[in-house]
Amino acid sequence: MQLAPGDPAELKAGVGSEGGQRGNQQLNEQMINQIRAQWHLDKPMWYWSIFTDDKDTNGMLKPLGERFTFRWNGAANQYQLWMVDLLKGDFGNSFQDQRPVLDKIGERVPITLTLALISEILAFVIAVPIGIYSAQKQRVNSKLDKSVSTTLFILYSLPVMWLGTMLIIFFGGGDFFAWFPNNGLHGNDYPYPTWWQNTGDLMWHIVLPIFCYTYSSFAFLSRQMRGSMLEVIRQDYIRTARAKGLSEKIVVYKHALRNSLIPIITIMAGSLPALIGGSFIVETIFSIPGLGQLDFNAIIARDFPLIRGVFVITAVLTLVGILISDIVYSLIDPRIAFTKRGT
Amino acid sequence: MPEEPKSYSPDSIEKIDDVALDLQNDLPSQQEIEDEDKRSASRKAVTESYWSLVRHQFKKNRIAVIALYTVYFLFAIAIFADVLANDKPLYASYKGTVYFPVFKQYLADLSISRWSPDLVMADWKELEKSGDVKSAIWPPIRYAESDEDLANTLAAPSSDHLFGTDGIGRDVLAGMIHGSRIALSIGFVSMFFALFIGILLGALAGFYGGWVDIVISRLIEAILTLPLFFLIITIVAMVQQGSIWLIMVIIGLTGWTGIARFTRSEFLRVRNLDFVSAATALGFKDARIVFRHVLPNSLAPVLVSAAFGIAAAILTEAGLSFLGFGVPPTVVTWGSLLNDARNDIHAWWLAVFPGFAIFLAVVSYNLVGDGLRDALDPRLRD
Repeated sequence: MQLAPGDPAELKAGVGSEGGQRGNQQLNEQMINQIRAQWHLDKPMWYWSIFTDDKDTNGMLKPLGERFTFRWNGAANQYQLWMVDLLKGDFGNSFQDQRPVLDKIGERVPITLTLALISEILAFVIAVPIGIYSAQKQRVNSKLDKSVSTTLFILYSLPVMWLGTMLIIFFGGGDFFAWFPNNGLHGNDYPYPTWWQNTGDLMWHIVLPIFCYTYSSFAFLSRQMRGSMLEVIRQDYIRTARAKGLSEKIVVYKHALRNSLIPIITIMAGSLPALIGGSFIVETIFSIPGLGQLDFNAIIARDFPLIRGVFVITAVLTLVGILISDIVYSLIDPRIAFTKRGT
Repeated sequence: MPEEPKSYSPDSIEKIDDVALDLQNDLPSQQEIEDEDKRSASRKAVTESYWSLVRHQFKKNRIAVIALYTVYFLFAIAIFADVLANDKPLYASYKGTVYFPVFKQYLADLSISRWSPDLVMADWKELEKSGDVKSAIWPPIRYAESDEDLANTLAAPSSDHLFGTDGIGRDVLAGMIHGSRIALSIGFVSMFFALFIGILLGALAGFYGGWVDIVISRLIEAILTLPLFFLIITIVAMVQQGSIWLIMVIIGLTGWTGIARFTRSEFLRVRNLDFVSAATALGFKDARIVFRHVLPNSLAPVLVSAAFGIAAAILTEAGLSFLGFGVPPTVVTWGSLLNDARNDIHAWWLAVFPGFAIFLAVVSYNLVGDGLRDALDPRLRD
């Protein structure tokens, strides 16, 4: 960590930046060391360190085995100190403004989660009909089905950083169309007098980001939905349903659809890490004050407690998402139960 | 009526001992092991027919074939980057001497050859203008990726700079051509790390089962639940900025889970097949069974996973460079060019072209992976 360019303590003391206090070298040094000690930056990062030193005192190359020195650092290392605090529920304070990390993250989580949730729902709503449509018996492997599935696959591979930048340049007020705002969630005159204006303003601002969030998971979900439908359609109980004379509509919507949705639920939960990861780039491109942007700024400012805190929180959020999907899974699929079923 | 075996008489025990001795003599001698190797060589003919079947299936998928050619095309660009975009001519006659400056630079970099003092820092374009260079053959793009043309910063595409220039006047097309080297090497090297770890752990879990399997499977699940992009960015931010190798290692170390899962499930399937039992019965060591018998028969799905993994690695590196956390600022990559577009929303050429390069690489590796998966899937064969 100490190797990283831009020492947080120096940044704090204002030495590293332009126009910092250059006058009293000694005082600066003292201050930096004090800040370092306070933030544990003077301690090693991990339980052990390995030093590399390929030349001996005479400047001759050492044999390979002697180039590495191993040192046990004991418990007084940054990781242990952080972990102990973390287990007590203390995420530490941000280097930048001394506010508790958890507070800073708490402000941002709802924004990221809301955007992720809206896009998941949108993706689901668009993906399911497309999946059903292209999995119909007469359409499978038709030209249309093939071109739809190829288009979806290409859409899925479209890098969000490219699409986001292009959207801003072509629709967000570059030399082309200025249809949508290109940063933030609110206009300059926020808050507006009425609730309607506020909501409309928000909607207008999230069109491009939501599009960026949605297209990739939508493409992925549609493909999965089609595959899942095709899998279910081949099952015996579908043949039974057809054989007993049910209309194709009931077979597809009542028998096939419900069963093919089951794997989709897991896939949606599984795409949560990717969605939260994707928020990093989308939020940075569109300057949305969410978790990703917070982390971006924290990395720029070398705000280590905040970086670590954001990572822990994103991991927890992902786990919660997976837990929810497991619970939903057991609710919709009677074959799965968490408790032993009574006889 | 068949005679009942006298199972408890000492006589028959002796016989069993004889049989056991016979069996022991049957254990593979050096000669027999060599024979076995020959047999596995003859098995290769069967494997070849399997792969020709796969190739046949793959060729039916036209889009996947196009994607494969795109992959070859990107490879060619990466290999011939210096010949395609360079600030030195391919051939030049300077003061009566014939030079091949692009190739001489290779030799100079390897300290095999040396530039004469007046040519070490020479600007060949100036030399041509001044008339010292009589005749020269130039590469199609007359700029190297780091050439700063300060008179032409943020220039729109023109005949001079086909894809425009960036904020400090570097030619975008030259940067893209040389950036393909970084993108592909990151894709392949990190996938190499991922394959190594993934196959090793997946093989251990699948072959031995039991608690080894439990430990490795739980490890895979734990890593799968982490938001990978946040993890990679956190590591990059914590450790050290500015090394391509670090990025490769980090992407490799975090990207092996899919490969391990596929390897594990294939091993679980293959280890119960007859030829593995035969190899075990022959008394081969585990390592030999794993590497000579099981692994070659479980590699197919791993290949699919590797193709997707290369695409993901290229995408991750582009994302890191796009955010400015990836390679050092002096190195031009597709992602860092795209990053420049964020600083000036009027410079559309900085977004369109490098972004398309990322897209092209990612989509073609994904399509190749997809085609390969379909080709390997016996259910889709007709």
